[in-house]
Amino acid sequence: MAEKFTKGMARNIYYGGSFFVLLLLFGLTLDTVRQLPKRDHRENITAAVAHGKALWENNDCIGCHTIMGEGAYYAPELANVFNRRAGGNKKAFKAFLNAWINAQPLDVPKRRKMPQFNLTDKEINDLAEFLIWTSKIDDNNWPPNIQG
Amino acid sequence: MKFNSQLVAKPYFIFALILFAGQIIFGLLMGMQYINGDIGFPYIPFNVARMVHTNLLIVWLLFGFMGASYFLVPEEANTELYSPLLAKITFWVFAAAGVAVIAGYLLVPYAELAKITHNDILPTMGREFLEQPTIGKIGIVIVCLSFVFNIGMTILKGRKTVINMILLTGLVGLAVFFLFSFYNPINLTLDKYFWWFVVHLWVEGVWELILGALLAFVLIKVTGVDREHIEKWLYVIIAMALISGLVGMGHHFFWIGPPNYWLWLGSAFSALEPVPFFMMLLFAFKMVNERRRDHANKIAVTWAKGTAVMAFLGAGVWGFLHTLAPVNYYTHGTQLTAAHGHLAFFGAYAMIVMCVISYAMPIMRGRPQGNCIKAQKVERLGFWLMCIGMIGITLALTAAGAWQVIFQRIPESAKALNYMATQDKLVGFYWARLMFGFMFAVGLISYFVSFFVGKRPAKQWQN
Repeated sequence: MAEKFTKGMARNIYYGGSFFVLLLLFGLTLDTVRQLPKRDHRENITAAVAHGKALWENNDCIGCHTIMGEGAYYAPELANVFNRRAGGNKKAFKAFLNAWINAQPLDVPKRRKMPQFNLTDKEINDLAEFLIWTSKIDDNNWPPNIQG
Repeated sequence: MKFNSQLVAKPYFIFALILFAGQIIFGLLMGMQYINGDIGFPYIPFNVARMVHTNLLIVWLLFGFMGASYFLVPEEANTELYSPLLAKITFWVFAAAGVAVIAGYLLVPYAELAKITHNDILPTMGREFLEQPTIGKIGIVIVCLSFVFNIGMTILKGRKTVINMILLTGLVGLAVFFLFSFYNPINLTLDKYFWWFVVHLWVEGVWELILGALLAFVLIKVTGVDREHIEKWLYVIIAMALISGLVGMGHHFFWIGPPNYWLWLGSAFSALEPVPFFMMLLFAFKMVNERRRDHANKIAVTWAKGTAVMAFLGAGVWGFLHTLAPVNYYTHGTQLTAAHGHLAFFGAYAMIVMCVISYAMPIMRGRPQGNCIKAQKVERLGFWLMCIGMIGITLALTAAGAWQVIFQRIPESAKALNYMATQDKLVGFYWARLMFGFMFAVGLISYFVSFFVGKRPAKQWQN
């Protein structure tokens, strides 16, 4: 670096630049939080959805699956599983999820294994409600296709 | 070593490396589970192995940062550590808490762990990387506070160098942003948005300050280059890191619900994130070229250059590869993300900790000029095996990610392969990844062996 560029100037870029960008981030976050109600349809969060999220967390589902693309990459994406497995039909999806979760672990040698979590019917119902709610968040049309 | 209190760093480094070994063992287990899902099941299901793998990484890096700070800060501040006793207590508390959390993951089902630790009172568990029981998170906060207090008081009573101030800023930021881990709203989009305030603002934010400060310290020590010159570079590097990285967080907001403007804001700012890493690369090589002395601890210099190169590749190049929204639309949540995660964490953070250890550990063991040539050779072998192993892992996962995009993401719904069918096509890549994983493990063993090569020179021990 040229000698004309002094340590003082570098320091000012650091303090000034990062302070400005931090402010920008703060402003953008405020705006995002304000706009989110239009996109996350929070008005549809029922007690069942909330309970479903707690189950999702307490069983560490994200340790294998992704949801909206985030998580582990060992098992399928689940933010759109409602559409993938039941074409958006609530009743069909709940029936599917109940059967699927109760059938775990599948007796297929070498296949990746999902543990048996011993969930009750009510719990599976609430988990389904959570996944259904999640599938309807406006996430800019991700994933690109139904396969997630 | 200037001050006796710097010695408190030693147990931190040793314990960090023990946890590192644990991380690699669970990494290898997962590498096998990707190929044969029956391995370890049902005793250690994949999700448990992954929690252990990632949590061990975070904890050992924190131990490394703490050890590095305890070694570096007194020397920079030109005064003894404020309280070596507190540092020792903090070590034991953190070690006990860390072991308890990992044991909890392994010994009881996760839902049971959530129940035992009363996660319902303040639910924070079950989110990626933040799986620790709430009580464990509180423990982390207490440990961080005690650590930052100790470091802060030391700096307060001593010389306030640029390196110390930047390191302290990074450490305070680390503690502050971790507090977002206690915010877990029922609304998943909000939850995810602020989850990134821990994860992104750590690794693509304040941790870069820590990385820069540690690298600058080692470079000053091993090259003898003028401090003013190094500090100027350091300021510019971390300025670019924060300017690009803070709003660059937007690249995580594309597909989880936040407004559309993040698509271009996140793309534009995060596209600049390789810049600080490229500057770090120039910085490390320029300082070594302009060195005013040849330090006998050559392997520490190798680590310093190596971390700059690997961080640039992992965080810079592999990050840029999928950071633009139109690309990320197809690559989000594929093995490409895993590829980037591995190379970036290893290159930027694992390697800088090993760099500081490589410089500081011989000094603490009474070898101010570094380990004997034979030990350095063994360490160098470990360095190369780990670096090549990790690049191999990264390339294998990148290829796997690319195939995922081609088979599963790009075709229309009717023509796309489903997730499991796609995975079946990737087995070859997973084998390659596993083999490179074993290479990495051999490198780690070689690195460990280097600590036991050569006798402690009695004369130097007097210093």
